[in-house]
Amino acid sequence: MHIDLRTVSITPLRQTYNHIAERMGADKTASRYLEATMDLQAETNFHYRSTWDPQYEIHDRKRTRIVMQDWYDLKDPRKYYYGTYTRARARMEELADADYKFVETRGLAAAYDDAARQTALAFYVPLRHVAWGGNMNGLYQGDYGFGTAIVQACIYAGMDQLGIAQYLTQFGLLMGGREALDAAKKDWLQAPQWQPLRRLVEDSWVVEDWFELFVLQNVVLDGALFGVAYQEVDASLTERAGPVVSMLLRFQIEWFDEVSKWVDSVMKTAAAESDANKTLLAQWYRTWRPRVVEALAPVARIALDDDGAPAVARAMAAVDARMVKAGLSV
Amino acid sequence: MDTKVKTRLNLRERYNLMTRDLDWEPSYQSIKDIFPFLEYEGIKVHDWDKFEDPFRMTMSAYWKYQAEKERKLYAIIDAFAQNNGHLTLTDARYLNTIKLFLTGVTPLEYMSGHGFTHLGRHFKGAGPKVACQMQALDELRHAQTQLHAVSNYNKYYNGFQEWRHWHDRVWYLSVPKSFFDDAATSGPFEYILSISFAFEYVLTNLLFVPFISGAAYNGDMSAMAFGFSAQSDEARHMTLGLSVIKFLLEQDPDNLPIIQRWIDKWFWRGYRVLTLVAMMMDYMLPKRVMSWKEAWEVYGEENGGALFRDLGRYGVKVPMGWEQACKEKDHLSHMAWNVFYNYGGAASFHTWAPSPQDMDWLSSKYPDTFDKHYRPLWEHYAAEQKAGRRFYNATLPMLCQTCQVPMFFTEPDDPTKICYRESTYKGDKYHFCSDGCKHIFDNEPEKFIQSWLPVHQIYQGNCFPADVDPTQPDFDALAEVLRWYKIRPGEDNMDYADSPDKRNFKAWREQATTN
Amino acid sequence: MATVFIALQKNEESRAIVDAILADNPQATANNEPAMVKVDAPERMVIRRETVEQEIGRDFDLQEIHVNLVTLSGNVDQTDDEFTLSWV
Repeated sequence: MHIDLRTVSITPLRQTYNHIAERMGADKTASRYLEATMDLQAETNFHYRSTWDPQYEIHDRKRTRIVMQDWYDLKDPRKYYYGTYTRARARMEELADADYKFVETRGLAAAYDDAARQTALAFYVPLRHVAWGGNMNGLYQGDYGFGTAIVQACIYAGMDQLGIAQYLTQFGLLMGGREALDAAKKDWLQAPQWQPLRRLVEDSWVVEDWFELFVLQNVVLDGALFGVAYQEVDASLTERAGPVVSMLLRFQIEWFDEVSKWVDSVMKTAAAESDANKTLLAQWYRTWRPRVVEALAPVARIALDDDGAPAVARAMAAVDARMVKAGLSV
Repeated sequence: MDTKVKTRLNLRERYNLMTRDLDWEPSYQSIKDIFPFLEYEGIKVHDWDKFEDPFRMTMSAYWKYQAEKERKLYAIIDAFAQNNGHLTLTDARYLNTIKLFLTGVTPLEYMSGHGFTHLGRHFKGAGPKVACQMQALDELRHAQTQLHAVSNYNKYYNGFQEWRHWHDRVWYLSVPKSFFDDAATSGPFEYILSISFAFEYVLTNLLFVPFISGAAYNGDMSAMAFGFSAQSDEARHMTLGLSVIKFLLEQDPDNLPIIQRWIDKWFWRGYRVLTLVAMMMDYMLPKRVMSWKEAWEVYGEENGGALFRDLGRYGVKVPMGWEQACKEKDHLSHMAWNVFYNYGGAASFHTWAPSPQDMDWLSSKYPDTFDKHYRPLWEHYAAEQKAGRRFYNATLPMLCQTCQVPMFFTEPDDPTKICYRESTYKGDKYHFCSDGCKHIFDNEPEKFIQSWLPVHQIYQGNCFPADVDPTQPDFDALAEVLRWYKIRPGEDNMDYADSPDKRNFKAWREQATTN
Repeated sequence: MATVFIALQKNEESRAIVDAILADNPQATANNEPAMVKVDAPERMVIRRETVEQEIGRDFDLQEIHVNLVTLSGNVDQTDDEFTLSWV
């Protein structure tokens, strides 16, 4: 039914929900991101305390030593709410899926240089377990975080890690079959080169302060690991044996660039809030940095030999630079 | 390594490699430290791998199919808004059901997401973890798509604009809020039993079908599109609920009595929250879908009956309170709407008495009870309203300590007698609407004495703006509470008949259809 | 005797799924309701990927059912080739 409403003036009573208008300082059209995010989490008049942790309210600022006047200052520069998040990931998924099909149907995996294949499998496939650890940590941050702005982004990052773990699984299956997964798991559990990293992952699972865990996982570990795995090692393998492996790492490569924007934004805003925050963030960074370097060195060696440790240093330096830019003294 | 021979893995094998094979037994930290909440409820799990997720979705599949659903949904939401879709509603009275939904249910979606996030981290088995994580995302989806679908109504009608503020304070909204606070503060196994099983399986159709069908019947394409889109997520949630309860029952016979206790508690709490749905279906929808009684008979008695017959082989019994729910089906909606009619001055949506046509429908759907017990009440109210004395109750109702619904429920076998139950705990007396709610309290008194009861809070003086002076001669307690509630008298509350909603809807419709 | 059912949004894609169900499950019945189709069957219902592919004219992954699914009743079991609902 066509209604010609040109002559009808239906003036809205308001443009958005009141709490959104208040935050914007005026009643004007609000973005979907704002309407979906601001004050969605309850903050007051909770009815009960948890039976399993009664020292805290259901949502409690005190679960971290970081202090924010307004936790909604930690808005996501990517403006991810559920709709934009899933659509962005579906686009990435479609491209990754096409690349996997391309490689598979053209026999490019089978034709890949065998020595390079061994290196790729030995280095990348155990990382699926690191990503599983990252999934758990994203959910931890989402569980204890405060305010929908940071919480939803942490959950998305955690689910991304599960996706990455599954892409690495698919990588292993395509390049080496079931046996490759079994061998990688054996290395993860037993091989000496992997134990410092595995210990680090398991230690991360008992970090209590969710913001400290954010720094450990999202800043230090992912920052250095992705630099080593998806820049340094990727480049090395491409030089050795062509771009087939690189095609199969597409999701992780694109993900890291994108997620770093969010991570840097969170660190910058939290640091700018107060000297206390800035000091605490730098302290956490300095605590976990050497653990990450120590854990990644033997792993990088698997793929890069003597260039392993320098590669880790380069990747770590890149993260240092990002943090300096975000206002931290690291 | 021979990579040319590739055994084709089936869905189940692939899914296991994509989930449980990612996990391992830790060496450097203890299970107790990594998963601290798994033992204190007394539930015994010997083998987490026995939980099998029937849907077996990888993240790739999740992103792909959910994104497709989102694209379709937002296309409809946009089209509806662009074309002033609200003008094709049957009647603006309908919007009061959406106000109830936004203020009562939408915040619960987020709290549900929070609960599943907690389980997604703190359950040990990969199968349940991943299923819970995906549900956490889904619940976030529901909260956000609801906010977006309703955003357009908020622009033109009242009663949507302060949903956050109202959910945390207004008297009837503590019913749903306390329900989910209760779940979120329970241990992980009780949480999944209460929400995945009792709420998302046993009771879900009683919440969603009335609202979605109500939307479809009343021209609300936006909410209907949301509803259908969300329902496909609900199918996964329901399945998690059913598979997890079977998993827990099969793990250890000692789990049965704990689970039965939770089934009893959460059926009753969930059923009490559905009071709001009952009155919505019977009194608030201009074009009605079915009666609460009919919905209960199909989705409660029939579906629930089949379910509990299926679970009977584990020793599970029909929930305590089931029989009372069956007895109440002829009364629930009428008692409830009567209370909202009474307290319409303090609600952030409009209320009204049923018209003669409405009452004929109610008579036909409730032949045993409506004309006998409830029609006289409504006819009396209508006469009073016609004489300019539309009744607003100036006192405050007593709320049940457990479910927090006003205590208007009648004895199961005597609809002329209000049901009162009480318990004394540490020297204080607590009041309940039913045996079910008293029973819940008596099992966990330390929890339920914490309830933030809106009416108690008002009487304690905690619900006035900071600038209020009760010693002033013109102090008007109700007016000050409304100010604290941010409910604007004559705009957000009171009878639909005199509301801006009604005037505006009529004027805009006329503008759109006349020259 | 308990009924299993699946309800799908009424559109072009789900029509193929419904037709496939009716073809493979002789005792199933389809009921049209506003905006959705509900297919009931006594005790058990199997949706076969192959049959859906014949109806829809392209490759079909059974997980695509999620896009149009409204609700269901019964125990779920899913493989690459079959999606089964049953009360047995």
